[in-house]
Amino acid sequence: VFNFSLSCQFSDGAGYVGFANLPNQVHRKSVKKGFEFTLMVVGESGLGKSTLINSLFLTDLYPERYIPGAAEKIERTVQIEASTVEIEERGVKLRLTVVDTPGYGDAINSQDCFKTIIQYIDNQFERYLHDESGLNRRHIVDNRVHCCFYFISPFGHGLKPLDVEFMKALHGKVNIVPVIAKADTLTLKERERLKRRVLDEISEHGIRIYQLPDADSDEDEEFKEQTRASIPFAVIGSNQLIEVKGKKIRGRLYPWGVVEVENPEHNDFLKLRTMLVTHMQDLQEVTQDLHYENFRSERLKRTGK
Amino acid sequence: PCAGPVESKTEAAMSELVPEPRQKPAVPMKPMGINANLLGYIGIDTIIEQMRKKTMKTGFDFNIMVVGQSGLGKSTLVNTLFKSQVSRKSSGWNREEKIPKTVEIKAIGHVIEEGGVKMKLTVIDTPGFGDQINNENCWEPIEKYINEQYEKFLKEEVNIARKKRIPDTRVHCCLYFISPTGHSLRPLDLEFMKHLSKVVNIIPVIAKADTMTLEEKIEFKQRVRKELEVNGIEFYPQKEFDEDLEDKTENDKIRQESMPFAVVGSDKEYQVNGKRVLGRKTPWGIIEVENLTHCEFALLRDFVIRTHLQDLKEVTHNIHYETYRAKRLNDNGGLPPMTTETEENHESNL
Repeated sequence: VFNFSLSCQFSDGAGYVGFANLPNQVHRKSVKKGFEFTLMVVGESGLGKSTLINSLFLTDLYPERYIPGAAEKIERTVQIEASTVEIEERGVKLRLTVVDTPGYGDAINSQDCFKTIIQYIDNQFERYLHDESGLNRRHIVDNRVHCCFYFISPFGHGLKPLDVEFMKALHGKVNIVPVIAKADTLTLKERERLKRRVLDEISEHGIRIYQLPDADSDEDEEFKEQTRASIPFAVIGSNQLIEVKGKKIRGRLYPWGVVEVENPEHNDFLKLRTMLVTHMQDLQEVTQDLHYENFRSERLKRTGK
Repeated sequence: PCAGPVESKTEAAMSELVPEPRQKPAVPMKPMGINANLLGYIGIDTIIEQMRKKTMKTGFDFNIMVVGQSGLGKSTLVNTLFKSQVSRKSSGWNREEKIPKTVEIKAIGHVIEEGGVKMKLTVIDTPGFGDQINNENCWEPIEKYINEQYEKFLKEEVNIARKKRIPDTRVHCCLYFISPTGHSLRPLDLEFMKHLSKVVNIIPVIAKADTMTLEEKIEFKQRVRKELEVNGIEFYPQKEFDEDLEDKTENDKIRQESMPFAVVGSDKEYQVNGKRVLGRKTPWGIIEVENLTHCEFALLRDFVIRTHLQDLKEVTHNIHYETYRAKRLNDNGGLPPMTTETEENHESNL
């Protein structure tokens, strides 16, 4: 017998049960466990990916970086390199894995360059599926890619054919967040034009990029709308400190002025970072509920397991 | 801003199918020149708030079972716990009604809300338990019900097109009511708890504790604890599932001093010292249910609802359910077959 009814509460004062405390219990356990997040970065060499990642997380993920010359790049295929770092902030521990894809778009013929990437993403799904179906599930590691920053070159007129092909191939497997790199090469007008172009092309090709969920009742609806309207984010990264008006800030020093990374009037860096950290949970959820479940049902149907 | 220890990822052992990605050695968070002065804030800690919002939005299920002879105040106690009429009190078996031949399982669901958090509470009653003359194996229908809920969950989990949130009907907590005889546990109590503590979280409570004086209560509790220990009965919170030292210290205290909780339930209010309190009125005084000097109801309530609710669910999911699942995997040489159907009747060749 199942009947659902809003039951009557006893007279006020005596009515408090205490299960409103449940979110705190969940909170305590989550803080103890810590969080994991995997971010993939994809884009041609020299678009400032590494610098941007370092700026986003205030780290130095690539200390002894070796940048190969063109001749070397000819021979290279796309590599997958994963770096993990633990970040702690106000008692909250995050295990961040950044998956880099050096070699993407470098080859003269870039026909198959994203196949390696697709394979990597699928492999993580495969691994998770395997672990999830196994006997001992207590310590499953989640290496699935939760978010992919796709770097668009500011030098072109919009998306390149490779950009379109990549996004079409990956939008059903990972949350894609398009980012316009090295935005300081564009004036504000050029930036707006490029953004519009990119969005039109994305819609033309039926590409599904990550959608921000609607604002909750207590969230700033306007802020969310502003954030949404800025996609694709036009960003600048920097690991250098420049002194501006007596303060040390991250930026790029040009003869004609200083570009400030964290200045919202200069670029969308702060918007990108805010969007990422306030949506980590949602990005994981969409990966689990949509991309992973799609993979899983396809896989199970295929093998008839 | 960051100072975590270095960790390179070690993945769980995986078949040869999937090659490892080329791992770069993980980078230590060294305070670089530029970061030393730049105490930046990234905002990672907001993920906690995101999770909290999610919990509030989705609400949660909680399934509590009550077991014990009729007349021990089970329904009253559950109603007192949740401050609502979530369980219908019976007035015993009258002469026309027959005591059911086997234990019945009655599950009733309610949605209650508090502080913006929605709880779908299901109270599972087990009328008939221990009421017969011959009570042999009367726990079997209960064990069967509990396993059936695990099976239901498992079936949904292995489905090809499975639901995003699998409905959780598994029993998270079983309150076992001990009769306040003042002597010791009854053989039926031992048998029940021995069998069921392996499949579900059992919280033993001493019912109708207002029949005992303070000294009698202390002695009885000690004796019950001893008996449970001697018979190897692990009630919740089980020692082996303490996650860390903090848990262990907290739980040790509960296990060795507070449990089993000696409780009194009531749904009637009286005026005491200008306050309205839940209680039982007798010629010799009013027994206040939520007064810790009168009985341990408040301890039970805080334990089950305010501090260990989430843990009860987690132990059920991570331990009891996994044990059931592992057994199923081993017994039948595999999981129940995947299916795209969503109806119940995929009985298979298991």
